[in-house]
Amino acid sequence: MNGTDAPVLPPVSPRRRRTDRFMRGLFGGATIVAIVPLVLVIFYLVQKGLGSWSIDFFTTDPSGKFFGDPGGIKSAILGTIEMVGLATLIAVPIGIGVAIYLVEYGKRGRFAQVVRYFIDVMTGVPSIVFGLFIYITLVLAGTGGTAFAGWKGSAALALLMLPIVTRAGEVVLTLVPDELREGALALGAPRWRVIFRIVLPTALPGLITGMLLAVARAAGETAPLIFTATIVKGSSLDLNGPMNSLPAQIFSDVGQAQDRLVARAWGAALTLVLMILILTTLARVVSRRSRLA
Amino acid sequence: MTEPPETEMTDSSPSTGTGGTEPQRPEPPAGTPVRAVTAAADAKAGPAADSNARLVRLEDLRAFYGDAAAVRNVSLDFPPNEVTAIIGPSGCGKSTLVRCINRMHEEIPGARAEGKVLLDGQDLYASGVDVVAVRRAVGMVFQKPNPFPTMSIFDNVAAGPRLTGMRGGGLRERVERTLRGAGLWEEVKDRLDEPGIGLSGGQQQRLCIARTLAVEPEVILMDEPCSALDPVATLKIEELIAELRTRYTIVIVTHNMQQAGRVADSTAFMLTGEMVERGPTDKIFTNPNDQRTEDYVSGKFG
Amino acid sequence: MEAGSFTAPDGRRSVLKRPSGARLPDVILQWGVTVLSVAILLLIAYFFLKLIDESTTVFDKFGVFGFTFDNDWDVSKSVFGALPLVVGTLITSAIALAMGVPVAVATALYITELCPRRFRSPLTIVVELLAAVPSVVYGLWAFIVIVPFLKPAEQWFADTFSFIPFVGGHVAGPNYFIAGLVLAIMILPIVSAITREVMSTVPPDHKEAALALGATRWEMIRTAILPYSRAGISGAAMLGLGRAIGETIAVTIVIGNAPQIGDSLFSQGYTLAAVIANEFGEAASNPLHRSALIAAGLVLFVLTLFVNLIARFYVLRAERGSRVTRTVAPGMGQ
Repeated sequence: MNGTDAPVLPPVSPRRRRTDRFMRGLFGGATIVAIVPLVLVIFYLVQKGLGSWSIDFFTTDPSGKFFGDPGGIKSAILGTIEMVGLATLIAVPIGIGVAIYLVEYGKRGRFAQVVRYFIDVMTGVPSIVFGLFIYITLVLAGTGGTAFAGWKGSAALALLMLPIVTRAGEVVLTLVPDELREGALALGAPRWRVIFRIVLPTALPGLITGMLLAVARAAGETAPLIFTATIVKGSSLDLNGPMNSLPAQIFSDVGQAQDRLVARAWGAALTLVLMILILTTLARVVSRRSRLA
Repeated sequence: MTEPPETEMTDSSPSTGTGGTEPQRPEPPAGTPVRAVTAAADAKAGPAADSNARLVRLEDLRAFYGDAAAVRNVSLDFPPNEVTAIIGPSGCGKSTLVRCINRMHEEIPGARAEGKVLLDGQDLYASGVDVVAVRRAVGMVFQKPNPFPTMSIFDNVAAGPRLTGMRGGGLRERVERTLRGAGLWEEVKDRLDEPGIGLSGGQQQRLCIARTLAVEPEVILMDEPCSALDPVATLKIEELIAELRTRYTIVIVTHNMQQAGRVADSTAFMLTGEMVERGPTDKIFTNPNDQRTEDYVSGKFG
Repeated sequence: MEAGSFTAPDGRRSVLKRPSGARLPDVILQWGVTVLSVAILLLIAYFFLKLIDESTTVFDKFGVFGFTFDNDWDVSKSVFGALPLVVGTLITSAIALAMGVPVAVATALYITELCPRRFRSPLTIVVELLAAVPSVVYGLWAFIVIVPFLKPAEQWFADTFSFIPFVGGHVAGPNYFIAGLVLAIMILPIVSAITREVMSTVPPDHKEAALALGATRWEMIRTAILPYSRAGISGAAMLGLGRAIGETIAVTIVIGNAPQIGDSLFSQGYTLAAVIANEFGEAASNPLHRSALIAAGLVLFVLTLFVNLIARFYVLRAERGSRVTRTVAPGMGQ
């Protein structure tokens, strides 16, 4: 039987306790530091951007005037919608197609691994390099008759979106249990039916999420657009000519000495961030309704 | 110290004559407690002179996962310098019970424990008690050997003492002493810098035991320590337990009744969170009071 | 498994054979997606080659090494040595890593191990929201709000610590430091997200083993989580680096766009990405200038490829569970 008079529980050195508390505080503090910029950005966006908002703001084009009425951002909004829309139409089918190849056909084969590697590489490529690609191949060559064109901007955006859609697609399609596929095949369904009637519908929420995230990303990109679609003032429905966009418009207005132009930049920035937030929130909502994982 | 009557061990008692396969143990330095050679031969040695062991008393212990009760009103004593086994079918709450003793149970989100766990009269659940201190006093060996994968053998054992600032010569001495105490020193003394996970399963578990011993606890909890090991390794650990009981209070959870018969002085039988019966090991296995105990030990269920 | 043709023993064509037309959609689909994947590969390869092709004009004039390492980028004299750009890229990225990675890792640790459970989800969402803000908006905000706000503090720092090399001297409005700061904010979400993922793969066994030895929460993190996650965290940091190197718009707004190697943390500078965005307009009429910008893009591309390669290596190692090291775990030796 232990007969010492020592306290039953050995005391924990106060130094260790202090270190523990200190480190907890440090990490908590770091988290606050991480959040502060977000709070500040949103604060200034709202404070400075709301002031620019008006009916005119959304319904008039930039006037291009340095003094006097700078105009609104109508062409920028339209341009973003048009170009991102076209980019989505290009990138999503192709992206899902490649994902289908990787998950349903290629699987672990050599070629599939190469494809996966290339897609991975693409996710790391800076967006300006994509713009450069399109610039060299389409703009300089004047394909389609004009140098700068909205559709060329869409091409650059599509390159950007492709790896995002493919990656998300691959993840989601892999999550569809093999038992589902086997069950359908055992009923005598051909492969393509299994993919289109069973696999894709099951994966649909995840695919939509991936698509929305890719769209949100593309909507905010400036660099690929400034030398493919450039920055113009007028609204245009002609994708074969230069086209304005929200990020490009903001970029053009930033750093101008004119207060009203800067104010317009804030208003446009708020609009853009709002659009992106809506898309991201939608993506999150959709992903929660997914029946997979 | 209660001396249970001499009993016939069950058929599967480890043979004591397999000395040829065991590593030679050198003469321990003077001053270390006399070692028991085998479980059967010296089974009931008294407490060593510098034994740390304390009495652990559970009073009305209850444990919950959320709203579900896993341990219901268990009151039980674990006498010092004795090995107490807790047996029972899967899911009966024995692991949960044991995890309440060193307050690991509450690490699980949503889990809580109520009641008292008294270590020589000090309630470990009293407010103001530092849970870190509890865990230093009550050590634990887990089912699956889990040496720290990024650390060498030496560093694994030294991990605990380093937390309290031990270093240099004193640290090296403690590491060697505990590795000897775990019966691992001869096998690893030339490769202390090698990774801990490079050892075999049985060696890893002895490493984990050494690691636990290095913080000089008073109680050692063992949660099915041999279930992931082969029979030879199991034998070595059981011999180790026989030696350790001279210096610590040992609680061992096991689903292997023969093991309880081999190593434990007393055995407690649990069923769906309740402690059904507790008594000297051989009584539990040969002449239990409760019908449920009898059914379990004779293999009718579980 | 398609039903194939099956000929019954007596030679009759079996009912199991499908009309050949029914196999067509399958064939089309398989071929279609395979060709698509091949096409993507070829497209990337083509772009890469075209980049090199267009860069040859300036490489012919200055040599590949001359272009990359000469310290003289003077558009008016048609001299193109990209060293100020390369150095600027490295400086801003280094600042971004130095500030961003510790905060990101600390945040990841806090969210996974230390904060109360109910805050975990909201905090995760908030940190991820940082990634939703587009580059140009960060640039706008930093230029209008941060640059003037930090200038006095920067000047004080430069004056007080002027004995440290590279600190001290005149503080420009937009400068390396601000660019690095904005980049740090921008890489935070991705580094934090990957670190969080890596940490969640630490087996609970090891955490329990540390706690059972009587370790405090921080000691458990130091013993069981950090050593285990080392490779993964390095991978996350490399991915952040890749991002920082390629970031264009926010940087060009706040770095000052001066084609020189600044002598201080607070001087104006330039990066590879920024120069392309900034100068392509005037380069339209000058083929040499245009080629120089494209070559800068090529260097940028190669640099990001390289960094991402290293990152993938680390992250893969972490996924396989990098364990055994022969060194003492950091922090365990006092």
